[in-house]
Amino acid sequence: MQKTLLFFALLISLSGVAQSDKYVQTMKNNIALLDSAKSIDQLQSLASTFERIGDAEKTQWLPYYYAALAQTWIGWNPATKDKDANSQKINAYLAKAEAIEKNSELYAVENMSSTQQMLVDPQSRWMTNGKDAGEALQKGLAADPNNPRLYYLQGMSLFGTPSQYGGGKDKAKPLFEKSVALFKAAQPKPLYPTWGQKQAEDMLAQCQ
Amino acid sequence: MKTPALFAAFLLLAGWLQAQTVVTGTVKDGKGHPLRGASITIKDSYDGGTADSLGNFRFKTTETGTKTLVVTNIGYNSLEQPISLAGAPLELRLVLKESLSELKAVTITAGSFTAGDAKRGAVLSSLDVATTAGSNADITAALKTLPGAQQIGEQEGLFVRGGAGYEAKQYIDGTLVNNPYYTSVPDIATRGRFSPFLFKGTVFSTGGYSALYGQALSSVVLLESIDLPEKSEVDATISPIVWGLGTQQLAKNKQSSWGFSYNYVNVDLYFKAVKQVPDYFTMPQFHNGDANFRIRTKNGGMIKYYTTFAYNDLGLRRQDVDSLNMKDAFSLTNHNWYNNLSWREYLNNGWKMDLGAGYSTNLDNIGQRVQDFKNQPVSFADSVFWMNNKSFAVDQKQQLAQAKAVFDKKLGALSAIRFGSEYWYSVNDQRYRTPHYGVDTTIKFQDNFNSLFAESDIYLTNALAAKVGVRYEHSSVIRKSDIAPRVSLAYRTGPEAQVSLAYGVFYQKPENSQLFYASNLGFTKATHYIINYQKMSKDRIFRVEAYYKQYKDLIKTVPIYNNYYYSIYNNSGDGYAKGIEFFWRDKKSIKDFDYWISYSYLDTKRNYLNFTEKMTPNFAATHTASIVMKRFFTKIKSGVNLTYSYATGRPYYYIRQDGGKYDMLETGKTKDYNSLNFSCEYVPTVGNAKARTFVVLFASVSNVLGYNSVYGYNFSYSGQYKQEINPPAKRFYFIGCFLSWGVDRSQDAINNNL
Repeated sequence: MQKTLLFFALLISLSGVAQSDKYVQTMKNNIALLDSAKSIDQLQSLASTFERIGDAEKTQWLPYYYAALAQTWIGWNPATKDKDANSQKINAYLAKAEAIEKNSELYAVENMSSTQQMLVDPQSRWMTNGKDAGEALQKGLAADPNNPRLYYLQGMSLFGTPSQYGGGKDKAKPLFEKSVALFKAAQPKPLYPTWGQKQAEDMLAQCQ
Repeated sequence: MKTPALFAAFLLLAGWLQAQTVVTGTVKDGKGHPLRGASITIKDSYDGGTADSLGNFRFKTTETGTKTLVVTNIGYNSLEQPISLAGAPLELRLVLKESLSELKAVTITAGSFTAGDAKRGAVLSSLDVATTAGSNADITAALKTLPGAQQIGEQEGLFVRGGAGYEAKQYIDGTLVNNPYYTSVPDIATRGRFSPFLFKGTVFSTGGYSALYGQALSSVVLLESIDLPEKSEVDATISPIVWGLGTQQLAKNKQSSWGFSYNYVNVDLYFKAVKQVPDYFTMPQFHNGDANFRIRTKNGGMIKYYTTFAYNDLGLRRQDVDSLNMKDAFSLTNHNWYNNLSWREYLNNGWKMDLGAGYSTNLDNIGQRVQDFKNQPVSFADSVFWMNNKSFAVDQKQQLAQAKAVFDKKLGALSAIRFGSEYWYSVNDQRYRTPHYGVDTTIKFQDNFNSLFAESDIYLTNALAAKVGVRYEHSSVIRKSDIAPRVSLAYRTGPEAQVSLAYGVFYQKPENSQLFYASNLGFTKATHYIINYQKMSKDRIFRVEAYYKQYKDLIKTVPIYNNYYYSIYNNSGDGYAKGIEFFWRDKKSIKDFDYWISYSYLDTKRNYLNFTEKMTPNFAATHTASIVMKRFFTKIKSGVNLTYSYATGRPYYYIRQDGGKYDMLETGKTKDYNSLNFSCEYVPTVGNAKARTFVVLFASVSNVLGYNSVYGYNFSYSGQYKQEINPPAKRFYFIGCFLSWGVDRSQDAINNNL
């Protein structure tokens, strides 16, 4: 009898562990896949997978965040022709995530989404999409002034702007420095985003 | 303790062995095209797949029993269907229906050019207007580079597809603008009163326009004012011709703004430096002031008020056409006050309301005298009445008060119905005096004009749309009503390509100058038939449009025997216009280079006013073409713009009243029109968000090559002598510096954290 009870107790605890384990394990696997994914089809499949996890979990913003992030990597791929349609997908994932929690990581993705739209036609879009990108950064920094990815993104924006327009290497460098310093000090929670450190270091090297 | 562990291991194994169902299949649209990226999910589980570029998907699931499969793809209606998972492989053929969406749906383009930053299908933005060489930031001048418009230099207005200038009307935020241009000076085109930077959107309709607008036989220009400015700023304009100062103040919560500006134009210095053909005895000067406020309402609606006041006066003397010893001295003083109040509000259940009200008053004091070589007024014997007729004074005052309401209800994703009404109350006073005959007449008339209109947008699919409308109008001064149907269709024929058709009937009241003398007139009428093909990608637009217009009930002038002051008017005129137009704009082929080419072919004849038969009007050229080029050099922060316009010669006539009839004494054709315009801008602070002062230096030259334009001829009474109508100077030069000081705080947050 005791054995049976123990068995059931074990079974219950095991299935309980299995439940949250399943989320953590699935997320870990897919985040690892995302880190190594290259092709648009792989990324698209991951975005959908993360969305499914989000839809099933209902209270987790991270799956939607990663869905949006995967979609953003698709947006940076030059083979993606319709950036507006792609950003529409990113923004749909972000909206689902923001319904659960608003935070600086989501603003970082929002910044990239708007930037991708702006780059379609910078001359006529910098006042609209460009402005949105800037506002997303501002809101992100207000939410978390120590988010290294935001400094990296701000640095990228300045790096890509010609010096006669107020950008350039010199302007970008302190931002990359700040970003790298924050990355070194960062202690991300499990499953939380970690991307960006290598990119920031590479950019800093280019600014030297 | 062995058993449970073993059991657990077994359980896990059982989990693995547990019926795993393999689900495969395809996701396609209604036409069988694969939908790459479509997501297939078993509801409330992690399991699912994504369609690849062939629409194929494959995934495994450990779920069992009856579950819901959800298939989604952006731009398509989601699909939910039950599936039964029992271990046996499943193969599914899934089809998603395209959802109606504003981004994908066709828009009706027959007859209209949409311009503006926000609008889809934009052809020209405000910045395009400012940087079109030759426009000098005049909206009308920029619109003249689009197909359908004539190159007319001796009168203001848009002469569209065989229509006279007064047959094109301008609306701001839905309400009519009574005096959109500075008052006419004989043989000189005046500018529009409104700056392009007041507007976020401009629609230039060259025909077949919506039932919401009326009283324009050929064209409407719909101007939509900007909502709230992006930031608070102070602006200044410095130029040898114009000085200006203004401010826009955006409230801290960004929900309201107010602003005002003032500018003063005086060409004294300029006319001293650049010789003008007419002798200006009163240097043209213009005072313009405006003020506005804008409030965003709780539901995202807008309340906007805009008012502008203008005063100008000028006087010029030119060679008289009948006598080499004589001069005609013309003087003009104008006061204009314009007010526009609009309220757009989003109501419940997809209803939208647009209310507009306006009041404007325009006072002209015009005088003309024949003078001798000492600039003294001259009177003549009664036998040379045509000389005495050239001396007169006219004071005219036009007032218009109006109200308009439009209600709009969305039906489904894109379809909509809208209906509404407008009311115009106009009062027109005129006092006419002749010094020789002692005539002093005062005439006045007023008109209560009402309209009712309804229109429906019907989207059958993303590829097929229709707009059906009808308009009822009544004018009290002529005691006539009309009913004008309007129909247009758009069908997508391929990616980015579409065909549109438009049909409509358009009515217009006779002009004030005719209504002063006759009220037994009816509406003039035009019927438009338009077919349009358009292929538009992000950076390229190609359009071709053909049309046929039929005019009926145009105003004819019937002379009264030996009476040279008054005529009888009736509605017996008629005519037609037909043509084909091409437009091509390309921002892509050459980096940083943007150009467009317009070509219009026009065949039109009408018998109206004093025409002796069906004739091509003197404002209609058969072939008109423009090429507009813009290049911005990022490195030096400068832009260079060129516009070349060409038109074949226009007909000219000398028609003289002889007793009780009109005689055609001479006809001919002017030489072809050519004009090459240049402008450039230097924007040292462009893109520098930290700059506190934003500077634009601008310079332009019109008719760089000094081509001698002949717009037509003025004839002596006898018809023995004719005088060319030329612009007052061959070239027009402008230099100016535009400054603005704005506080843009978007960078502060970032800088503070460094």
